[in-house]
Amino acid sequence: MSNLHYALYTGCTAKQSTPELLSSTLAVAEKLGIEITILEEASCCGASHLQDFDEFLAHVLNARNICYAEKLGLTMITICNTCQLNSAMTKHALDTNPELKARVNEKLAEVGLEYKGSSEIKHFLYALTEDYGLEAIKDKVTTPLSNFNIAPFYGCHNIRPGELHHSSNGNENSYVPKSLDKLIDALEGHPVDYESKNKCCGFHVELQATHTSEVLAGNALVDAIDNNADMVVTPCPLCHLKMDTYQDDVGKVIGRDVEIPVLHMPQMVALALGATEEEIGLKFHVSKAKQIFAEATA
Amino acid sequence: MSDTQKSDTRKVKIKAFRFNAETDYLPYTKEYEMEVGKDELVLDLMNRIKWEHDGSFSYRRSCRHGICGACGIKVNGKPVLACKQNAIELLDLFDNDITLEPQSKKRAVKDMIIDKGDFWEKHAAVKPYIVADIDPRPAKESKQSIAEFNALLDADLCIQCGACHYACPALEVNPDYLGPAALAAAFRFTADTRDEATEERLKITFETGAGVWDCVKCFECAEACPKEVNPIEKIGKLHNMQFEHKVARSNVATRHAEGFVRSIRKHGFLDEADIVVYSEGYLGMHKHMKTAMKMLKAGKIHFTDALPFVDNVPKSKNLEEIQKLIDISMTNKL
Repeated sequence: MSNLHYALYTGCTAKQSTPELLSSTLAVAEKLGIEITILEEASCCGASHLQDFDEFLAHVLNARNICYAEKLGLTMITICNTCQLNSAMTKHALDTNPELKARVNEKLAEVGLEYKGSSEIKHFLYALTEDYGLEAIKDKVTTPLSNFNIAPFYGCHNIRPGELHHSSNGNENSYVPKSLDKLIDALEGHPVDYESKNKCCGFHVELQATHTSEVLAGNALVDAIDNNADMVVTPCPLCHLKMDTYQDDVGKVIGRDVEIPVLHMPQMVALALGATEEEIGLKFHVSKAKQIFAEATA
Repeated sequence: MSDTQKSDTRKVKIKAFRFNAETDYLPYTKEYEMEVGKDELVLDLMNRIKWEHDGSFSYRRSCRHGICGACGIKVNGKPVLACKQNAIELLDLFDNDITLEPQSKKRAVKDMIIDKGDFWEKHAAVKPYIVADIDPRPAKESKQSIAEFNALLDADLCIQCGACHYACPALEVNPDYLGPAALAAAFRFTADTRDEATEERLKITFETGAGVWDCVKCFECAEACPKEVNPIEKIGKLHNMQFEHKVARSNVATRHAEGFVRSIRKHGFLDEADIVVYSEGYLGMHKHMKTAMKMLKAGKIHFTDALPFVDNVPKSKNLEEIQKLIDISMTNKL
């Protein structure tokens, strides 16, 4: 048992269209002895779209989510880059702007809550690589991923803007991100070096600028495939949804077959730590991915 | 020079993108070996290539003080202002292997020099000046308070270097998009209390294809800016202002933004199926049917999700708190 204990902010996607993200996250935590308390009170982070409509309301709702982690005295962890961004953005705004913090707390007081700023917010990726540690993870690997060339796809919101990714969230340089590469290495997989690893997947304009969205996802998938990747791995379920679910549409726009499995970061770790097929949940992928479990455990 | 100062230099091979649109069919890369000192800037490296290696090497430079915006280039894809960026820091970041590139290879004219016409065209399109009906010979100044100046959120610091513009992936794919620099300028003048073109500028920045709703939210512009203007923050402000000033019309993008409130009020969480139906409208759903069928097959969504009388969406605990907070905190309407 490690002595790590986190408040898990699941976000909406892990509770709906990507159940495999939640089950694999919990499996990884269990394998590593990390204690997780799910923040059942939490609401949607706004995904940057609520922020476009009403920034103040988004700050109030995100501050409320953080309040519940503060009440537990725990660091809040996220399993979605966009949840990480929007929660950290509210924390940053409130911690640096006393006037805004007071306005938000005035609203929160109406439901008996107060935002203090006492909990850190970090993505599960960095809880694993920084808090638990790569060496310790390496020791727990039962199914080395040595059969696979794995293309890390970092996802914008966990590496940019730099001011939100200070020491408590990886402190990664967005032009040369390394955490996911190192994690793949620790699981004995072969990290694929390719230019698109820190680029945008296009998810956020899927509805209103579909062509832009498909081209961006396509560029990244093609780049990974052309550099001999067997799979793409991402810490963000929105990148996952864009790159997994829309492969047919993306392929049509790009004019090329872009079929490749796209795994969530915790699915990859769960696979290497010997989690069950059910926990890893590859059956929930739209593109062909189920074979990976057999290939890894063969 | 003392020995300690000497040890601060580093012998490296600097690569540079070379291309002359008048004579070259394709660009090529050349290497230049040099000792780089700890205080040298990327601009010094470019000067040394030109002065010590090849006089034909071309780039723009002027003030050397980070204010004229002429010397913006990219190094290994990272946008930099050459006169502000320390060279050793970059060599450390990229393991001593750096390539100097123009901001946009496809717009290269000669080496680092690009045709920046598209940048200026976009910039001009947002009316980047104060529009006001004022007396040309006023008796007193039109003063701004500190609070009024602070409301510009440093957007006034933009030096039009193009770093964000040529880092923007949305603009790379969609040439109609105004891009982060022009949109930050649109915010700067719209937020100015002396300006009288609020509605006009908000309408320009609302346009589908060109305006703020085509931003992909990648934050590349925030990282690229050498003056910390944070263009995407200004894009976010423009989104909000379009609702505040009732310029926003109901379309797929605005319903998508506003639809989050509808979902959160009902469930605390986002209803992933409902947000697509609500944003697109039932008629717009045809283009999502194929994807929906695939998601259904994989068990990502369920047949009953689409039925109005079945509620499969998980609920946040203490939902009434969330509903109350929405009621007392919401400021905008669609």
